[in-house]
Amino acid sequence: MTLTAATRAEQRETSLAHVKAAGWGKGLGTLARITRLTLRHPWQASAAVLATLVAATLQLVIPRLLGRAVDEAQGILSANADSAVAAQHALLITAATLLAVSVLRGLFTMAQNYYGDSVGHHLGYELRLATYEKLQRLSFSFHDKVHTGDLITLGILDIEGVRMFFNTGLVRMVLLTVLIGFGAILLISTDPLLGLLSLSFVPFVAWRSSVTQLLLRSTWLELQERLAVLTRVMDENLGGIRVVRAFAAQAFELSKFDRISEGALNLAHERVLIRVRNTSAMNFSFFAAMGLVLWVGGGRVAAGTMTVGTLASFLTFMTILQMPVRQLGLMVNSFARASTCGRRLFELLDQEITIADKPGAKPLELRDGVLAFEGVGFTYPGAEKPALVGIDFTARPGQTIGIVGPPGSGKSTIAHLIPRFYDVSAGRITIDGQDIRDVTLQSLRRAVGVVQQDAFLFTTSIENNVAYGDPWAEEQRIARAAESAQLHDYIVGLPTGYGTIVGERGASLSGGQRQRLTIARSLILRHAILVFDDSTAAVDAGTEQRIRAAIRAHAAERATLIISHRLSSLMHADEILFIEDGRIVERGTHAELLAADGRYRALHDLQLPPVEDALQGAAE
Amino acid sequence: MSIRSEKAIIAGTERPPRAVVGSHREKEEIFGAVYDPKIVRRIWSFVAPYRGQVYLSVAAVLVFTLTQLAIPLIIRTAIDSGMAGGVADHAVLVSCALAFAATILVNYGASYLQETVVGSAAERVLFDMRRAMFSHLQRVSLSFMDKTEVGRLMSRLQGDVNSMQEFMETSVLSIGDIALLAGIVVVLLWLDPRLGLLTLATMPVLFIVRLFWLPLAKRSFMEAHETSSIANGALAEGIHGVRTVQSMSRQRVNFELYDEKVRAHRDANLLAAKYAQVMVPIVDTLTGIAMATVIVVGGSMVLSKSLDIGVMVAFLFYIQRFFDPIRSLTLQYSVMQRAMASGQRISEVLDVPVDVTDKADAVALPEDMDGSVEFRKVTFGYVPGQPVLHDVSFRVNPGETVALVGPTGSGKTSAMALVHRFYDVTSGQVLVGGRDVRDVTQDSLGRHIAMVLQEPFLFSGTVFDNIRYHKTEASRAEVISAAKAVGAHEFIMQLPKGYDSELEQRGSNISQGQRQLISFARALVADAQILVLDEATANIDSYTERQIQKALAILLKGRTGLVIAHRLATIRGADRIIVLQNGTLVEQGNHDALMQKKGLYARLYSMNYASFDDIPAELIAGGAPRMTS
Repeated sequence: MTLTAATRAEQRETSLAHVKAAGWGKGLGTLARITRLTLRHPWQASAAVLATLVAATLQLVIPRLLGRAVDEAQGILSANADSAVAAQHALLITAATLLAVSVLRGLFTMAQNYYGDSVGHHLGYELRLATYEKLQRLSFSFHDKVHTGDLITLGILDIEGVRMFFNTGLVRMVLLTVLIGFGAILLISTDPLLGLLSLSFVPFVAWRSSVTQLLLRSTWLELQERLAVLTRVMDENLGGIRVVRAFAAQAFELSKFDRISEGALNLAHERVLIRVRNTSAMNFSFFAAMGLVLWVGGGRVAAGTMTVGTLASFLTFMTILQMPVRQLGLMVNSFARASTCGRRLFELLDQEITIADKPGAKPLELRDGVLAFEGVGFTYPGAEKPALVGIDFTARPGQTIGIVGPPGSGKSTIAHLIPRFYDVSAGRITIDGQDIRDVTLQSLRRAVGVVQQDAFLFTTSIENNVAYGDPWAEEQRIARAAESAQLHDYIVGLPTGYGTIVGERGASLSGGQRQRLTIARSLILRHAILVFDDSTAAVDAGTEQRIRAAIRAHAAERATLIISHRLSSLMHADEILFIEDGRIVERGTHAELLAADGRYRALHDLQLPPVEDALQGAAE
Repeated sequence: MSIRSEKAIIAGTERPPRAVVGSHREKEEIFGAVYDPKIVRRIWSFVAPYRGQVYLSVAAVLVFTLTQLAIPLIIRTAIDSGMAGGVADHAVLVSCALAFAATILVNYGASYLQETVVGSAAERVLFDMRRAMFSHLQRVSLSFMDKTEVGRLMSRLQGDVNSMQEFMETSVLSIGDIALLAGIVVVLLWLDPRLGLLTLATMPVLFIVRLFWLPLAKRSFMEAHETSSIANGALAEGIHGVRTVQSMSRQRVNFELYDEKVRAHRDANLLAAKYAQVMVPIVDTLTGIAMATVIVVGGSMVLSKSLDIGVMVAFLFYIQRFFDPIRSLTLQYSVMQRAMASGQRISEVLDVPVDVTDKADAVALPEDMDGSVEFRKVTFGYVPGQPVLHDVSFRVNPGETVALVGPTGSGKTSAMALVHRFYDVTSGQVLVGGRDVRDVTQDSLGRHIAMVLQEPFLFSGTVFDNIRYHKTEASRAEVISAAKAVGAHEFIMQLPKGYDSELEQRGSNISQGQRQLISFARALVADAQILVLDEATANIDSYTERQIQKALAILLKGRTGLVIAHRLATIRGADRIIVLQNGTLVEQGNHDALMQKKGLYARLYSMNYASFDDIPAELIAGGAPRMTS
């Protein structure tokens, strides 16, 4: 399939539109909303339902044909016993019909399953896209409060539960209704007593399998929880194997493992029993019903009030019905699963995007690149105490503003407000006089770069990581950014150079190297305003100086914000703000602040500790 | 971003050359040889403890199969002797009913027995295998752990073990399938050889079709599976890295790339669905042919009285069950291949040699040992022929604090690991309390040595449990006093539940400095005579940093200390400094003595780097000291 990029883009938009369109049914129940989503694929959905109806009907015909064949073979239906040729002929016709019905049933069952599945896969595709798109756009405050593991589960398992609903829930319901409903009418109209007997196992099996499936589902969830704990124990043990060995804690770890493992094993046993009790009981009730039919029917045949063929057709009908009736439990399970999964999924998809472009927002008009905080206040969602109060400062091109303060004083929050990771609660932030909430996010984030402390590296090559913000970047630009970040020499020394895979499962970089990679990743974008959010904490002082010099050499005329707890990083700043409890408590140049003999001075003295006493205690 | 790229994004025509989402993955062999005697023996060693259950369930599955075969035969007898053609015999009908009742009771019992026994045994084998691997991994040499990713081991402990379980459960059922298949063939031929042969003729057709179908279908199923892991990986990456994605405005490019992955996933699944479903009409057609054959041929025979009507009915019943075993048997083939591949990987883990074990005559390190540590002509390397320590000798006297310094790769960390006997020396001796570490039990060694690693590793669980990790019997008072001593008490009390607050994975809900303080408290509770400590390199805020320096002094008080020091403050405070370079001990002495000597230490010190590890290799090699400040 070769689709042009434009077609693909269009299809993507259609998919998103589908999911959004189902949103106006918010008042409806979850299952109704899923059904609406399904109906966005009307052709395939109708094909699946139609095929199901036909396949089920054909299914019902087969026992009748078999019964007729049996009677024909006995010559019962032929008008006179000597017309053997006519009987032969009748058999031939029945056989041919049966063959045709079988082939058609096969084809329609195939269509039923395929289209049912296909609707599910298309729906899954749309939901995956919509979920991904939503997750990418939801602001930091959302991601702060929702666990990543839960989001991954949602994007994988919950979508599965929803997308399977059509095939395992709705289509199966149609199939079962036709089979059991029409089947019952057919059987009971032929022989009320025998018909009822043939169907006698249905309610029992339906009830048992529904109860069992629901029970299996709840125990499955519980088992998954226990296994997740086991996974965590194993994962931490293997990841922290040195600690385990250092403290000779192997026996302790094994006992922890055994305890959790034992619990999980017991639950697994319990599930085996639940399952087996159910299947055995279902089999038994089915065969018991068959025995009754055979007994009563046999009596009638012996009495001559019923033909062997009719009895055989009752019996084959039961065999045909057996499998679908057992699946009733799966259908009930599918409804339960889709309803819980769908509730969680829709809750996410219905989330309001709090930080987005205003209607009619224009791109930022960057002239000089003057950043100004005007009486900025901020309170984290759900928090009582404000994180920032009345922050005022201006950073002009070429200027460096240093921000320092104790842990938790609100330093990083300042950094997060500039690219609108969060929106201010009071006051405003402007760039060249434009309120950052009035311009497009894309243009704002291109103008402002924030180098974070624990930035995430992607599991791909160093090259791709450096070029993350501009995947079109040429090699020389990547190398230049790495050079400025003082990482180039290290990279070219690696056996695979810039192609070395880093990230979660990649080569292990030291903390300092990871930070320098993060710096290179920002430098490549040549932001007009650059914010270092404690991003050189793991880089030694000498290297940090070289990085700063390189940055200045390449782009002297930009405003820089340096947030750090290391005074040597920001002592040369044009203005230093000392933040405490979200307020600026001291401001000025390094010299001014030292002279003021306040908190800054105290911190400064703290960082020049009388080293001699550090280990003195040990010597005593 | 250039104008060109901007346009390209909008037009959606050009794929950015350096953009990927969640793409780098390691592939693993999913299918192995169908049968590998070595692996089968290995698997059997886990099954053997439950062999009684296995035999029982095989017996049960055979009985179960017999009852299934018997039911159409009973119906046949009932029809032919009990009701048909005016020769009705009530007694026969009654005995048929009794036989039927007996059969379904046996069927019920056998199926219950077989499924519970095999299900439970398979679960047990699964847990046993996992435990065997896990406990083996507790003992294997650290050099294996160093070079193996945790993720890979986890997939052995979970995915591979699960596919073994699947194999176990389905194997017994397969025996039933084979028995059922053989039984149907025998019964049909016995009931009527001619009609039997004709009906059975459809069977090989299905076999041949499946033979061609399977490799193609398997490939499409694998593709569906593979694309699913790729799409899920990309999703996980997008969630973990969402802050970076947003700050770099990569949403649009990523969305496009993610679209490619989920599209591939959808298409692969649609193809797999086609392959799976195409078998349905084939099986139905073959069933139809078989039934039509019975109707035409069997029906004519009934008409000519050469076949009982009951036999014909029985044939029609058997045909309904005919193709099931073939279907599941061909699937079992893939299950077996997968199990062999998993068995291979499980064996690999179990076969990793345990290098460091207690000697048969190892004794516990006496409680009253003096706490000295000595290296005697120690040579050691992870790879034969590439020693990282050459002929290193030094002694740390009881109560002394020795700082180990040197550039990255000088062998400091290896030396530290040898004290605890994480590895065995190639030659020479490491002595603790005057005894060769190879002559004492590892357990007792662990009791006398507390280690603090560079990266403080905390476990999920409460702060309390983490602090008493080394000494699980420690009381609350002990834990609190240790936390107070290292200055961790204040911040712990500020956590939502104090000491009972749960630490999230690896302590991600507290700061790095705080994690270090907890790991100090943990070492303090351990109260060992010898402390081996690898100082953290990361820069921590000055307030916590100060606390850590104080805590370090408390921790070292009254103990023998071997510290891999990075901070000048720590180095200068040590009683003695040992300087390592390229695995050899180049000089030792206290700070003043070493400065006077004007050797490597003096040179490193004068470079004014925050830590020796940061000094570029060329500067160390270059010789001439350079002042940077």
